[in-house]
Amino acid sequence: MLLRTRLAAAMSGILLAAVVAGCGSGDDVGSGSGSGSAADDGKITLGFSQVGAESGWRTANTKSIQESAAAAGIDLKFADAQQQQANQIKAIRSYIAQKVDVIAFSPVVETGWDAVLQEAKAANIPVILTDRAVDSKDTSLYKSFLGSDFVVEGQKAGDWLVNEYKDKPGPVNIVVLEGTTGSAPANDRKSGFDEKIKADPKFKVIASQTGEFTRAKGKEVMEAFLKANPKIDVLYAHNDDMGLGAIEAIEAAGKKPGTDIKIITVDAVHDGMQALADGKINYIVECSPLLGPQLMDLVKKVKAGEPVQQRILTEETTFTQAQAKEALPTRKY
Amino acid sequence: MSAVLKHRLFWPVAALLVLLLSNLIFTPGFFNIEVRQSHLYGSLVDILRLSAPLLLVALGMTLVIATGGIDLSVGSVMAVSGALACLYIVHQPDQGAPGTIIVACLLGIAIALVLGLWNGFLVSVIGLQPIIATLILMVAGRGLAQLITEGQIITVNSPGYRFLSAGYWLTFPFAVILAAVVVALTVVLTRRTALGMLVESVGGNPRASRLAGVSSRTLIWGVYVFTGLCAGIAGLMATANVSSADGNNTGYLIELNAILAVVIGGTSLAGGRFSIAGTVVGALLIQTLDTTIYTTGIPAQTTQLFKAIVVIAICLIQSPAFRAKLRRRPAAPVAPAPAAPSKAEVSL
Repeated sequence: MLLRTRLAAAMSGILLAAVVAGCGSGDDVGSGSGSGSAADDGKITLGFSQVGAESGWRTANTKSIQESAAAAGIDLKFADAQQQQANQIKAIRSYIAQKVDVIAFSPVVETGWDAVLQEAKAANIPVILTDRAVDSKDTSLYKSFLGSDFVVEGQKAGDWLVNEYKDKPGPVNIVVLEGTTGSAPANDRKSGFDEKIKADPKFKVIASQTGEFTRAKGKEVMEAFLKANPKIDVLYAHNDDMGLGAIEAIEAAGKKPGTDIKIITVDAVHDGMQALADGKINYIVECSPLLGPQLMDLVKKVKAGEPVQQRILTEETTFTQAQAKEALPTRKY
Repeated sequence: MSAVLKHRLFWPVAALLVLLLSNLIFTPGFFNIEVRQSHLYGSLVDILRLSAPLLLVALGMTLVIATGGIDLSVGSVMAVSGALACLYIVHQPDQGAPGTIIVACLLGIAIALVLGLWNGFLVSVIGLQPIIATLILMVAGRGLAQLITEGQIITVNSPGYRFLSAGYWLTFPFAVILAAVVVALTVVLTRRTALGMLVESVGGNPRASRLAGVSSRTLIWGVYVFTGLCAGIAGLMATANVSSADGNNTGYLIELNAILAVVIGGTSLAGGRFSIAGTVVGALLIQTLDTTIYTTGIPAQTTQLFKAIVVIAICLIQSPAFRAKLRRRPAAPVAPAPAAPSKAEVSL
């Protein structure tokens, strides 16, 4: 019996390892290749540690970095942290040991980076943060932070709404589908939006609840909103997916999304853009994962010792329905 | 009257009714049901429709728990079956064709059965502890689902597949009909034959029942396969609801809600007895709680706390030992306070 149990444990372990390896293998492109001698051939070597492959957005982000590194002639060492801080710290330490020219990473969490960043600083390797920030008092630990500003995204959404209802009488009843409670994008997209609409008392947020960034929850919460509030004019969803779920709920209630209820979302992923082009969403604020080219420029500047800004925003835009129709055919994600 | 009070479903049903009625205070139209877009429309319809996947998962969980086991992998099984079905549909030229949808559903259910077989094999043949055996698939299954979807959300454009969850048959939500049929079949199978009793005997004392001639290995294996089947159907429903498969989020943490539904329904986690009617009430209760929170507009930051308080209150009020203490306490001079707030919380 004991033997059998052990056998089973071993078998399960193998299964687990196989699956995990299966997940990782696709993302580990470049890791280990050309290890050891960094930059003997005059090429800049960049060590990059990614959060994981948890969403379509992240996959597009990874692809952008890999493609633009190849285009810029930068030798990229890429590691996938599978959403574990420990893996990420390990990857950064190995980059330090390999003496890469520049280290860049998207921190899985905000805290706990001081020790490993001190090591990088001691080894004289500049560090660039992408997409997510770290919560550290010592800003000399990294050269620059390249990523979106979620507050600005919320402000852009609010600006469009204020402009859209400029000449119309109030009240404008707004419902909000928030992101995961406590996450930075949810907090910031909310505060940026609130800041813009509070100037005019005709804008009223009549219901606000988390949809956890998923379609299923977005639909479920919107269904309840529709029952509890007979008159909803505007829906503001913190990402496209919740907006897409809400569209289904609105249609099931016999209303026309985009016409009866105006919809504003953030992200601009492919399905969201499609809905925008179809007239079901009215406005999308882009949160672009395609920061590869900007990152490579930054890496070159840092390597050359040029001064760079501590905070650099990703180049992003906004989309109306007409712009979505134009942009859709060449959309990468 | 005392017979009604003593019925083991009295407290769960009472809690459900209190929760439903409390909505009237905040949302006067909560019980309104109208016909819109030629189907029934209202909060109660939402509760029934949204609780269907949870109900199916909890149904399977009930039988597994009755054998003294547990299945943590149901959420991952849902994600895998839904992802596989959606992946198949997306690659067909005509996504809406009936043949496509039937094959997709069969594929989803087949993979769920295979995963159920695997769980059952680990538990009944190898003899692994159920919590460990199914934990493996809980983690690995999520990875498998992400492998199938390649980390993306697969969106299908198939009205027929959507019908599984968002469709209506004779104005009634199809998902509810499907779940009701599965529940009814299970009740007939377990209570009109000796199967239910055998499951309970295995849960009560596996060795004694084996010595009495019950083939406990096959029975235990069978309930894990059945749970896999239920989770597979639930996975199809969950992905049909939003016409898309999301390997990360489909059925995420549903195992915990399912276990809660089973426990609220009065099935003992120690195994040896089960109540399908109780599980139905438990699943409805959990969905009612969610819908209540969204409808009454409780702020997002406090929803988890609110849920926790309600669930604790329900579990406490169900416990005979706790009720006995409540009855005795007010007479005692020391600390009569705890009794009053918990009563107040129940009436939330």
